[in-house]
Amino acid sequence: MLRIARKEDMTGLRAVGVRIAAVLLALLASGLLILAMGYDPREVVRVMWSGMRTLKALASMIRIAIPLAMAALAVSIAFTMKFWNIGAEGQILMGAFAATAISSVLPEGTPGALRILLMALAGLAGGALWALPPALFRAAFRTNETLLTLMFNYIAIRWVEYLRCQLWKDPAAMGFPQIAPIPESAHLPQLLGVHIGWILVLVLAFLQWVFLRRTKKGFEVRVVGESEKTARYAGMTVGRVLLFGVLLSGALAGLTGMVKLNGTAFVLAERLAGGDGFTAIIIAWLSNLSAPVILVVAFLFAAMKQGAGWMEGLAGIPSALADTVQGLILFFALGSEFFIRYRIILESRHRTERKEAHP
Amino acid sequence: MEPIVEMIGIRKEFPGIVANDDVNLQLLKGEIHAVLGENGAGKSTLMSILFGLYQPEAGRILVRGREVRIQNPNVANDLKIGMVHQHFKLVHNFTVTENIILGLEPMVGLGALDTKKAAARIREMSTRYGLNVDPDARIEEITVGMQQRVEILKMLYRNAEILIFDEPTSVLTPQEIHELMGILKGLVREGRSILLITHKLKEIKEVADRCTVLRRGRVVGTVTVADTTEARMAEMMVGRKVSFAVDKAPAKPGAVTLEIRNLSVMGNRKVLGLRDFSLEVRKGEIVGVAGVDGNGQAELVEALTGMRRAESGQVLLNGTDITADSVRQRIRKGIAHIPEDRHKHGLVLDYSLEDNMILELYDQPPFARRGLLDREAIRPYAEKILSDFDVRSGKGVDSNARDLSGGNQQKAIVGREIELDPEVLIAVQPTRGLDVGAIEYIHRRLVEQRDGGKAVLLVSLELDEIQNLSDRIAVLFRGERMGLLEASATDENEIGLLMAGVQGKGGAA
Ligand SMILES: Nc1ncnc2c1ncn2[C@@H]1O[C@H](COP(=O)(O)OP(=O)(O)OP(=O)(O)O)[C@@H](O)[C@H]1O
Ligand SMILES: [Mg+2]
Repeated sequence: MLRIARKEDMTGLRAVGVRIAAVLLALLASGLLILAMGYDPREVVRVMWSGMRTLKALASMIRIAIPLAMAALAVSIAFTMKFWNIGAEGQILMGAFAATAISSVLPEGTPGALRILLMALAGLAGGALWALPPALFRAAFRTNETLLTLMFNYIAIRWVEYLRCQLWKDPAAMGFPQIAPIPESAHLPQLLGVHIGWILVLVLAFLQWVFLRRTKKGFEVRVVGESEKTARYAGMTVGRVLLFGVLLSGALAGLTGMVKLNGTAFVLAERLAGGDGFTAIIIAWLSNLSAPVILVVAFLFAAMKQGAGWMEGLAGIPSALADTVQGLILFFALGSEFFIRYRIILESRHRTERKEAHP
Repeated sequence: MEPIVEMIGIRKEFPGIVANDDVNLQLLKGEIHAVLGENGAGKSTLMSILFGLYQPEAGRILVRGREVRIQNPNVANDLKIGMVHQHFKLVHNFTVTENIILGLEPMVGLGALDTKKAAARIREMSTRYGLNVDPDARIEEITVGMQQRVEILKMLYRNAEILIFDEPTSVLTPQEIHELMGILKGLVREGRSILLITHKLKEIKEVADRCTVLRRGRVVGTVTVADTTEARMAEMMVGRKVSFAVDKAPAKPGAVTLEIRNLSVMGNRKVLGLRDFSLEVRKGEIVGVAGVDGNGQAELVEALTGMRRAESGQVLLNGTDITADSVRQRIRKGIAHIPEDRHKHGLVLDYSLEDNMILELYDQPPFARRGLLDREAIRPYAEKILSDFDVRSGKGVDSNARDLSGGNQQKAIVGREIELDPEVLIAVQPTRGLDVGAIEYIHRRLVEQRDGGKAVLLVSLELDEIQNLSDRIAVLFRGERMGLLEASATDENEIGLLMAGVQGKGGAA
């Protein structure tokens, strides 16, 4: 018989061991799958490796990793409070929407730096405002934030779609339903081959760490997350702390949207977030909500995404198979988390014992 | 009688501390064997080893004469060893039945659990042992005493013969303790064997056959309870003579610090839990609030600390009305609170002691400047509390609160609140789970607080504690003040009658 129990005593080192084992198993399984489909895994590895080694490839992976890491930092603040914000996807979109809106009303001659700054502020505000209603409802009526933040994603997606097809349809696009791209002066400048979003991510990761460990507000956020009752006992206003933390989380997600917009997409569309808001949840969770680990895991996810692209492009493997490999890796990663937190107990003597228990 | 369990040369280390060092313990079949020791002496650790929660670094365990390796609680379960933990492990939104069969039923396999049959069996067992448990009640709806009986049923349901109780009485009311003692005696009469951890020597005297005393991880000795005295056991345990009475000079009360005027507070069941309650606490006195658990103590305390709104009436601190103030404002004005439930309210279990010691002060200079925490200031402050109150932990202020022994957690909270040097200290069950040495110390600190001209409101279910410490005693019954007595002019009988709702002469005081 099988039974599942919580693990009480998983040490940090053993947890790392389990995770490494999971990655190896995932690679092994992927190799077998590729082999079974009639391709040579060694050849695939060789092609991918040669692709990955180039600086250009590295730059492209970092470009993918930037929004993933930022969004993961965003949701991890809410998760620290046990506020399950799964609305990063929508907050990213609304951040990008707010940035686009600001940009469209600025006079044409606005200097690039000023425009970028204002758009960043708008991104922060847009994301925060989009996170506000679920937070208010939770603080005031204890509604389930999971549902609300999730639904707000779809509202955001439809809203941007409406903008694209109706309200903000670009007349210059000759009937094609598209929003006008942001001016070139608003594109994020490049540094070492990648837009400066990467510096921003490093700074944000550091700030977030400082925020949670070293600031008054961060202390409150952590205590509320661990035990609302203790927080109340210590005189904290739980609702206000919750609101603050969620707004911060939303604001960061919104800024992620702006960085995507000004860094890579340059035009607002509903696929701008592209699932990053959801991937970010997995990244934050796998990283144990730790900012430095998020940076690493986000990069690994970016490599995985990129690798899948190459499999298709360079090794000629169909995209469905590449997606399957990606799914396999994710499956093993999440599975390992399960084994780190729980254990399965096999019992042979169970049957006899149960008979005794029901005379 | 033959030994049913033998633990030989057990050693267990935690980072920075040896919790068990060459420990020998022998449990005879059909006996109640008490395990006594200071806070942090290693009692819970030793029991957890027997129950398979920890693996010892050295030593052997024999059960029914056979050497065994208890790798996890399932092995213990198969050996018919059961344990009621110091802090219960029940799932709150599950029913009693679900909790009891939880883990017994396979998760995979056919069909739903046969809860009906289980419930019937639980009901039958509950009557047989006089446990009075309703199998269909939800855990969150039943009292702590009842929850404990659910834990007992859980062991019996699994046919456990070796029963471990880790401080079962520290969460019980005197009445429930009395019942539990009866239950324990009944269980050994049936041939079961019991290991009982408790800090209360009276209980050991009452039910235990033998007692093994631990100090700092080592066995001091095993004694036959009938041949020894409480004082002797206490001395073995702390290594010096312990005085049970608190010696204190008569109080010199000053001006009124805390004034409670006609306070009414809603209870959890949407009826008034506290009704028209008035009381004054003056500088330099300890006022005790006695009463059977659930007679309005929680409502009173929460209304005083600001965690619950008052329906009517006022709370005044040094003459100013604080009824509408938030918890934070009251803390700033000088109200400190040792909470009843250290896990639920008092501590953030997964945080370091360092963080826990500044729970109320983190936003004040010198601990915070311009929004940033100053670890340089926080650390010595936390270290000072730990050393003043003899809080023992493996890694000092870096230990997580969760890793402390129960009594050391309590000492840390008491230390933190006294260190606030409040105008009014509201102490709820301040010595719950403490060893006699620590109780003596905490009591002395409370009296010191009083002698320093501060007001202390002591809420306790233990009459001994109330009588020992208080200068005046208010008795609560069904949310009302039954009487206000001068401690020096009353006795147990009078208080006891008032606690039972029998109006006495003190009613008008
Ligand atoms: N999981 C753990 N990690 C680190 N240290 C631990 C852990 N569990 C217990 N300790 C330490 O081991 C020592 C013994 O703890 P234990 O809980 O056995 O004490 P105890 O005798 O039950 O005390 P109390 O009467 O206060 O409950 C303590 O100093 C405690 O801090
Ligand atoms: Mg203990």
